[in-house]
Amino acid sequence: MEQKRPLLSTKTGLVFLLPALFFVILFLIFPFVWIILVSFTNESLTGTGALNPQNVGLANYSGLFDFKTWMMRGNFGNSLIVTLQFVFGSAMIGQVGLGLSLAIAFYRRKGFIREFVNTLVILAWIIPDVVVAFSWIAFLDRDFGTLNAILSAIGLGRPDWQLELSLLSIIIFNTWRGAAFSMLLFSSALETIPPSYLETAEVVGATFWQKLRDILLPLMRGHILTVLILITLWTFNTFSPFLITAGGPSFKTDLVSIFTYRTAFRFYEFGQGGAIAVVVMLINFALALVYLGMLRKQAVE
Amino acid sequence: MKKTRKFLSNLGYYVFVAFVIAFFGIPLIWLVVTPFNSQATLALEFPSQPTLDNFRQVFENKFAVQALAKNNLILAVGTMIGITFIATLTAYALSRARIPGRNFLSYTLILFSSVVTGTAAMVPIFLIISKMGLIDSHLGVILVFIGGFLPSAIFIMRDFVDGIPRSYEESAMVAGARPLNILGDVVLPLVRPGMMVIAIWAFVQSWGAFLVPFILLRSPDKMPASTAIYSFYTEAGTPNIRLVAAYSLLYALPVVILYLLVNWRYGFRFFGGIKR
Repeated sequence: MEQKRPLLSTKTGLVFLLPALFFVILFLIFPFVWIILVSFTNESLTGTGALNPQNVGLANYSGLFDFKTWMMRGNFGNSLIVTLQFVFGSAMIGQVGLGLSLAIAFYRRKGFIREFVNTLVILAWIIPDVVVAFSWIAFLDRDFGTLNAILSAIGLGRPDWQLELSLLSIIIFNTWRGAAFSMLLFSSALETIPPSYLETAEVVGATFWQKLRDILLPLMRGHILTVLILITLWTFNTFSPFLITAGGPSFKTDLVSIFTYRTAFRFYEFGQGGAIAVVVMLINFALALVYLGMLRKQAVE
Repeated sequence: MKKTRKFLSNLGYYVFVAFVIAFFGIPLIWLVVTPFNSQATLALEFPSQPTLDNFRQVFENKFAVQALAKNNLILAVGTMIGITFIATLTAYALSRARIPGRNFLSYTLILFSSVVTGTAAMVPIFLIISKMGLIDSHLGVILVFIGGFLPSAIFIMRDFVDGIPRSYEESAMVAGARPLNILGDVVLPLVRPGMMVIAIWAFVQSWGAFLVPFILLRSPDKMPASTAIYSFYTEAGTPNIRLVAAYSLLYALPVVILYLLVNWRYGFRFFGGIKR
């Protein structure tokens, strides 16, 4: 343990933390507590729930988990299944997988191709939501879209991306949108690996896959876990697909974020919206704990 | 044997690169070409006679121009200043003062903020902002932006401040400088590159954000481009493709230019990676 003399007294340090504390309490801790409390009431913007919210116990939760109807279109079960597919496909496979492949493909390479690809991937990540949504609506259009123009030119027909393959569409879209973050993080992680490790492996004639499996991936395990959890949580909560499909057609892309939006801001059922939020936060917490456990296990090893 | 393997690995690399360029580039080409086409559709067509007429028509929509040139700028610059100031102060305190739990704090904070976020958190935030009387005000949106982006900003900044040698501050302290003077005269010049990164990051984040202004702003003359873009849609919800495309390009341009500038000047990458 290092014992450095602190450059700042604890008192001054705490004063410096005050502005951040204000924002954390107001926009993080308070919403968290409020969501939990309101999920047990029938608070809403209009009607009786607005003037005089009543305690309704677990009614909001049992409404979500009414197993006779919950898998029906527009209900919570359907929304959860859609979200799980979306997170698995676009976060775990798509963004992390593609980001890792990009980082590894360009590892120890320099020059124009790398710069060009990096720029494209990063532009997809930083251009405003509504702009990318609009260009993807055009890209996926069945009759005019560029994607189908290419597919039909190579004899693969004109699939209806927005009506029939809508979930796959937003999975591909979200992969495209967010791969930059994991690419950047994995690239910087790879740069911390001493080149001598690989040189030794090359001397004994290791193949690319052997180097990947035995050297690069084990050394990056911590980073992969970090990226996995952050991207999983962000994807769970992303609202951007709403701008492409609005949750449709017939609730095929009704992500929990869109379901929550509809309940809370279309129907103004705040109590019900709170219950959804609590369930989502519990899932997110469970994921975060699993990940922290894995990190700790790795630290012990 | 070795030659074949080398050839195959190179082939694999170039196939992958070609796929990646197509995948990331093609959806964007339409956005670049269409604004200059006077007969644009959703199809990708290179105009035989490029025109600036679409842009002229966009500039006739005073409401949309004001959204971009004024409202977006207010929101992005306000958020940028707030985030940069607060994140720097916090990261410095966490790095240099002996505060209990400081090693977990920034990490726990970023995880917690990734859990309490999105549409779920928007309900209580909507109510807080209306209790504060800030619904339909730029200040309300800026405060929510700051609250939302702060954990990540602190995280990045902390990484940066931790990497700065302590010796300069130590000598200033030995010479008897007060904490605020040390911060202003010694620390500030050292962390300036980190502050630049945070400032640009905050600007880009708030420039493109859709959900928060969509829920908190009501009057058309306060809306940023992310919601004002829908003024190029008809009542029935069909877009005027030419104008939406032209406006989209104008809206995306500042972010693209900032990125190219930063990339050229500093190289756009993460420093040291996320530790732990």
